[in-house]
Amino acid sequence: MDAVFKALADASRRELLDRLRAENGQTLGELCARLAMTRQAVSKHLALLEEANLVATVRRGREKLHYLNPVPIHEIAERWIGKFERSRLQALSDMKQALETGDE
Amino acid sequence: MSDKPKFVYVIYIASTPDKVFKALTDPKQSARYWFGYEVTSDWKVGAEFALVKDGRRWDTGTVLEYDPPHRLSYSFHPEHDGLENEKPSRVAFDLEEINSQVKLTMTHDDFEAGSQVFPKVQAGWPSILSSLKSLLETGKELPPFWRGDYDKK
Repeated sequence: MDAVFKALADASRRELLDRLRAENGQTLGELCARLAMTRQAVSKHLALLEEANLVATVRRGREKLHYLNPVPIHEIAERWIGKFERSRLQALSDMKQALETGDE
Repeated sequence: MSDKPKFVYVIYIASTPDKVFKALTDPKQSARYWFGYEVTSDWKVGAEFALVKDGRRWDTGTVLEYDPPHRLSYSFHPEHDGLENEKPSRVAFDLEEINSQVKLTMTHDDFEAGSQVFPKVQAGWPSILSSLKSLLETGKELPPFWRGDYDKK
């Protein structure tokens, strides 16, 4: 769990996760194309995210595809959010989202 | 590229590939970690697959690959909530032993364009996998995750 928090403590790495959330299964090249980071930096961040199991990779021929893996975050939620709080938190989160985006 | 998986989930479980594979194919264990659903099949390639709860077959499919304790895949076709007309998608589990743990990689792909099934299963899998891990490591599964479930009980 330390590795997960360490991985999430960096804005660039969170941005990479956001990019994967928007479009899952990207290659290193695709991720680099839309970021103001060097290829080496992105590659290093991805390695750290994979070590923390926040990114899962799949090989397709010569390509390595990167996927957002939400399982460790789910485990954190399971640890600190009890089953009774969950539906109330979901309702609050839905309300916040609806109010902030102006739609459902 | 349409042949790449829609999503890939990885979970590390302190167990053996044999035990994890058994849990993936055992209705008694699945009823515990899969929130009441029994994985039902003869587990032969080409055999029928079904998720059964309260005597009803909620999701059906066909066993596509059965290679214990390395890989399991089946097609997945919901038989509920108006999703019956969508073509089957495909679920696959890969098991790998790493440092006395099992790396379980789960992929779900082959959804039709604009799939209604995709967003539903995407949200559900992390809970099922966490619950499976919990059951195998501690002997106790997690409580159900879905919204509104607590109101019904």
